[in-house]
Amino acid sequence: MNGELVIRKARIFDPSQNLDVVGDILIQKGKIEALGTQINVPLGKNIPEIDAQGWLATPGWIDIHTHLREPGQTHKENIRTGTEAAAAGGFTSIACMANTKPVNDSSFITTYIQQKVASESSINVYPIGAITKGLDGQELAEIGSMWEAGIVAISDDGKTVMNSYLMRKALDYSKRFNLAVVCHAEDTNLKGRGVMNEGFNSARFGLRGIPKASEEIIVARDILLTELTGARLHVAHVSTAGSVALIREAKRRGIQITAEVTPHHLTLTDEVVGTYDTNTKVAPPLREPQDVEAVTEALADGTIDALASDHAPHSVEDKEVEYDHAEFGMVGLETAFPLYYRVALQKGVSLKRIVSAMTHKPAEIIGIPKGTLKIGADADITIFDPDMKYRINKNDFRSKSKNTPFDGWDVQGKVRYTIVAGKIVYQEIPGGNR
Amino acid sequence: MSIPSLLGTEFLSKAQIEQVLKLSFLFKKCLKQNQAVPQTLAGKTVILLFFEPSTRTRSSFELAAKRLGGNTLVLTKEGSSAEKGETLVDTAKTVQAMQPDLLVLRHPSAGSPFHLDQILDIPIVNAGDGFHEHPTQALLDLMTIQEFKGKIEGLKVLIVGDIAHSRVARSNIYALKKMGAEVSVCGPPTLLPPKVEQMGVEVHYELEKAVKDKDVIMTLRIQFERLNPGQSPSRGEYSKFYGISESVLKTAKADVLIMHPGPVNRGVEISPEVADGSRSVILNQVGNGVIVRMAVLHLLTGNELLKGWL
Repeated sequence: MNGELVIRKARIFDPSQNLDVVGDILIQKGKIEALGTQINVPLGKNIPEIDAQGWLATPGWIDIHTHLREPGQTHKENIRTGTEAAAAGGFTSIACMANTKPVNDSSFITTYIQQKVASESSINVYPIGAITKGLDGQELAEIGSMWEAGIVAISDDGKTVMNSYLMRKALDYSKRFNLAVVCHAEDTNLKGRGVMNEGFNSARFGLRGIPKASEEIIVARDILLTELTGARLHVAHVSTAGSVALIREAKRRGIQITAEVTPHHLTLTDEVVGTYDTNTKVAPPLREPQDVEAVTEALADGTIDALASDHAPHSVEDKEVEYDHAEFGMVGLETAFPLYYRVALQKGVSLKRIVSAMTHKPAEIIGIPKGTLKIGADADITIFDPDMKYRINKNDFRSKSKNTPFDGWDVQGKVRYTIVAGKIVYQEIPGGNR
Repeated sequence: MSIPSLLGTEFLSKAQIEQVLKLSFLFKKCLKQNQAVPQTLAGKTVILLFFEPSTRTRSSFELAAKRLGGNTLVLTKEGSSAEKGETLVDTAKTVQAMQPDLLVLRHPSAGSPFHLDQILDIPIVNAGDGFHEHPTQALLDLMTIQEFKGKIEGLKVLIVGDIAHSRVARSNIYALKKMGAEVSVCGPPTLLPPKVEQMGVEVHYELEKAVKDKDVIMTLRIQFERLNPGQSPSRGEYSKFYGISESVLKTAKADVLIMHPGPVNRGVEISPEVADGSRSVILNQVGNGVIVRMAVLHLLTGNELLKGWL
């Protein structure tokens, strides 16, 4: 029956309790019942077992930055396909951004999303509400009503709240609800019509550049406003060495700030834009080697708290156009983990740090009781094979959209089981799932 | 020639550039002496797909193709595929269905010829993609320099104007450097590409200093309608600081070559006296343009006749 499961001989890896042991996990009624070696199942019960020898069992992964496109743009993605993609990528909980059509700027839309999730999704989905009505940057959205309806953070992601007064007010107001304010840091005017990082490569490729300063100015501004208000800031998709330095300094000064980095900003530089593959067009843009190095280092030392995919599905029509006219964004849920794991294997960031940044750290940022395998916790568990090597094939994606620059990459580390409240929601079948 | 398409001078070797120039001078001699040129394109179709208005480049390619005996079809589409609700891939497939032997593409977005090159199995000539490259313009400029200076290697070449938005500048920088010229650029700092010095060029903001000792000065057409507010305050001010006039040329070499890819904004980037003066080779560039394009089309269609002509 659902919610009852035994995982045998797994390497139980849970940074939230400093745990790294080989053993069994007993799940009852959707909760972690026991951890140990050779756990006996309660008498008279016939509980399904997973033989996880050679695999790691971690708290279920959490992605706090996804775009599910529903309501409004279901030709790109919908709640069903987006959450199936998440489950296949090993994620048991995701937060979805507010830039749907209509925007999630009211309790009505928040509730609509939650009702859809209840009927369509096998994983946990936490809506993020808009900061401003319609993401227009003019008036505050009804943040309190959305909070009552269940939002876990506020963000105008995709756009920057350019009005500093309004951003200050949003930070002030968020304190009442203890919601993190998630900033998408791109100065709209400095960005202009830029389509890639500004630098030597933008000069070479003849494309309009987006200077790093366009991100850093907003990161710096929002740090100052957070200090002014005493609110809680979360910086989405950090992409530059300069932003890292600002965040590190802010943390040192005791400001309540957290940050995330995406798989693509950890693994790609603006050199790849030279193919003019529009799947490399993303906001903020892919930067330079020294930036990749800086975000990697910041992930390793905890300056960057969390990993987040910024899963941004776009249809073929949005991408098979001129580089200038293509939409920004790439899908990420189904490629995130092997890319994070690659950073662990190749750049020496510890596995503990990677798993922390996918489990209890993001849980803290959005304030959900997840990201741990402590006794009594929800039995959200991800089991992966650290040795399995495979080639990324976008045609295998569950996501409706295939806009990835990672198609054909050889990677290592494969999700074997995704378990939500003791129920298997994804299982890797040897030889392929499709 | 080993390149299947001509997408940019960044991807050409010195030997390939030399080959184009050699054939261009041969064609020029043939035409001058009223000798026949090879009918490389006889029975072949060249599609000229122009997403941007262009008279000069388009007619130059058309004439070049016709002189080689080819059929030409001009397709003009203003605006991007995206604005028309069509993808670039749709555009490519439409072209393919017409079964041309070669495609000449002019497009306002950088990289568009690369997209088409991945889909089509015919040679593509980039006739200008956004701010990126315009390789045949650079090749005709090289031919003109070679013609008047007898060499390219070791010459000091200055490119003046809106370098940031210039495909002509980029293609010339790559090609000139490969041929051993020393290249400098000069323009308002707002109109220079980021990190342009990493292309191996000297950067100047002051025109009077920049022109000194130069063998060649190329000035670029400035398109105010394309600039953002903040890039240049006014035509008058641009002209005052970056217009090539007789007084600016006082410090230049007496035999400096004055070039411009056209069409000229008289009195803005170049004064009428200089444009029409004895050092100007602007009209020679136009004439050489047809010839260089003949050479490029000839080489790209890889005809058997090739061997006999080289």
